[in-house]
Amino acid sequence: MTDVIEQVAAAPQGAAAGSPAIQTVNLSKRFGRTSALAGLSMTVPRGEVFGFLGPNGAGKTTSVKLLLGLLKPTSGEAWLLGRPIGDLQTRRRIGYLPELFRYQGWLSAREVLALHCELAPLPRSSWKDEITSALDTVGLTDRAGDRVSTFSKGMQQRLGLAAALLGEPELVFLDEPTSALDPVGRHDVREIIRGLASRGTAVFLNSHLLSEVEQVCDRVAVVDHGRVIASGTMDELLSGTAVKVRVTGLDDAEKARLASFGNIDDEGDQLTFTNLKPDRVPELVAEIVGLGGNVFEVSPRHQTLEDRFLQLLEEEEK
Amino acid sequence: MPPTLVIARLTVQETSRRRLILALIILTLIVVGFSAWGFRKITTVTNSSGSTLPPEQVALITSQLLIVVTFMYSGVLALSAAVVAGPLISSEVESGLLLSILARPVRRSEVVIGKWLGLGVLVAIYAAGSAFLEIAAVDWATGYVPPHPVQLVLYVGAEGLALLSLGLLLSTRLSGITGGVIALVAWLMGWIGGVVGDVGTGLQNQAVENVGVFSHLILPTDLLWRGAIYAMEPDAFLATLRAAGTVGRANPFAAVDPPPVPFLAWVVVWFGLMLALSIWSFRTREI
Ligand SMILES: Nc1ncnc2c1ncn2[C@@H]1O[C@H](COP(=O)(O)OP(=O)(O)O)[C@@H](O)[C@H]1O
Ligand SMILES: [Mg+2]
Repeated sequence: MTDVIEQVAAAPQGAAAGSPAIQTVNLSKRFGRTSALAGLSMTVPRGEVFGFLGPNGAGKTTSVKLLLGLLKPTSGEAWLLGRPIGDLQTRRRIGYLPELFRYQGWLSAREVLALHCELAPLPRSSWKDEITSALDTVGLTDRAGDRVSTFSKGMQQRLGLAAALLGEPELVFLDEPTSALDPVGRHDVREIIRGLASRGTAVFLNSHLLSEVEQVCDRVAVVDHGRVIASGTMDELLSGTAVKVRVTGLDDAEKARLASFGNIDDEGDQLTFTNLKPDRVPELVAEIVGLGGNVFEVSPRHQTLEDRFLQLLEEEEK
Repeated sequence: MPPTLVIARLTVQETSRRRLILALIILTLIVVGFSAWGFRKITTVTNSSGSTLPPEQVALITSQLLIVVTFMYSGVLALSAAVVAGPLISSEVESGLLLSILARPVRRSEVVIGKWLGLGVLVAIYAAGSAFLEIAAVDWATGYVPPHPVQLVLYVGAEGLALLSLGLLLSTRLSGITGGVIALVAWLMGWIGGVVGDVGTGLQNQAVENVGVFSHLILPTDLLWRGAIYAMEPDAFLATLRAAGTVGRANPFAAVDPPPVPFLAWVVVWFGLMLALSIWSFRTREI
């Protein structure tokens, strides 16, 4: 069997400098009978913060592992920074925080980062500065000398983030980077991502947290069941209006009759029409009143990613 | 430092911080102490006529006892190597520790070879260190030194390395300690296979003798152990064995000849095969 994971092939892209950060063509992955990723084709430009959004089991982690050569694709092709995936040298320019993050418990935080500097590899003279600045960025300076085994889960995730930042990578993969963090930590991560973006680093952010993606990403792809069901810039994706209605006195059958107004996120007394033109609001209210509902509040707002996400997932199921 | 050596260094660091190593060192010192005391006794026992044993007899008894003590050492080394190697790769795959490492410009072969090297260094240090202490203790107690101490260390060390290689190979696929346990069982079977071969020699039955040969080819640990025995046998004892003919050869705690050179060449090939298989197995593993 040939070594698929470490192959070194010529890039069909030509000059690497002008090539996108990530490009995939029909990238697919099956695990036995489960199709974890079914034909992913996308391009992530350099220097952008790209949100890869989807519910649990959508295929986000699988995608990142395929791109990093940790898994072997069933079919399809992909390039990172203009080089085919699996190319060893490209990995010098990439940072990665795994979803399942774990670091050598018997080493101190500083030693773990030194290990990553050594493997990256970065010139030894730069280690000290790199490590100091990475520790400072993730807020672990005080604990730099402590053994990682004494760290909380959140601190370990910060350490993983620090490791991903070493050596000013051109592309950083963050797989659910805030899964173990408190609200302050989540805020810090957004700041870190913005910092990366400002110095031109492309960020591939895997997340199921809409607010996180919404706040930092330039561009989003929504995945479900291994397929991209929508993608585009934030503005393109969120062009619609959502209308929240607080209403009582409607049973399920009556609610179902409102389906002509588009997708409904039904939370009992609160119905959100995830994509409804504002000029149809009077018509909607008349219909609800006609059905015998008591309307307490009607508030149109700019569609949030959550509205759009729910709308997309619902459309997907039909 | 090339990635292979970084991984090797890391493996040495991690393993040597385990309690197992500390326990092993303490146990070894205790055994060395006790055996020094025990061997000293041999020189002071008196026979029926009330005089101490003649030097030749002391040497003979000491050499036989030393073989038994060394059997214990080689067993401890094999056991530890298998137990440590068994989860060496699988546990890091499962915990996710290798994810961030393998996303660096590190080849999977470098991870496998690095881990093999790191643990191999520890096995070699233990084999050499414990043999030196034990031989020094015996020398102090009785004045007896086995005829080929360097070969003894090489054979015992190689036996540990063989189990380490097997455990590492299994650890590229099997989870947790499973690989280590299987390696240990294989080691015992190899020893039994060798004994069965001895029985075949005693009965002059070629088919049964071949069981021993095949088991030595598949897992050469028992063959290496016999090399270690040979290195500990004084010439006088060898002469007695040879005089006994087939009966002398059919004994798992005695060796009339050193392992044949083609067999030793095979051992070298065997190590290469195990490493190559481990690398292939880990490369094709998805993590
Ligand atoms: N090693 C594996 N073996 C079998 N199935 C897997 C494996 N890894 C992931 N899957 C399956 O692939 C799908 C996508 O998983 P994953 O990429 O982890 O999702 P996400 O990261 O979006 O939550 C899921 O259905 C999951 O069960
Ligand atoms: Mg995931």
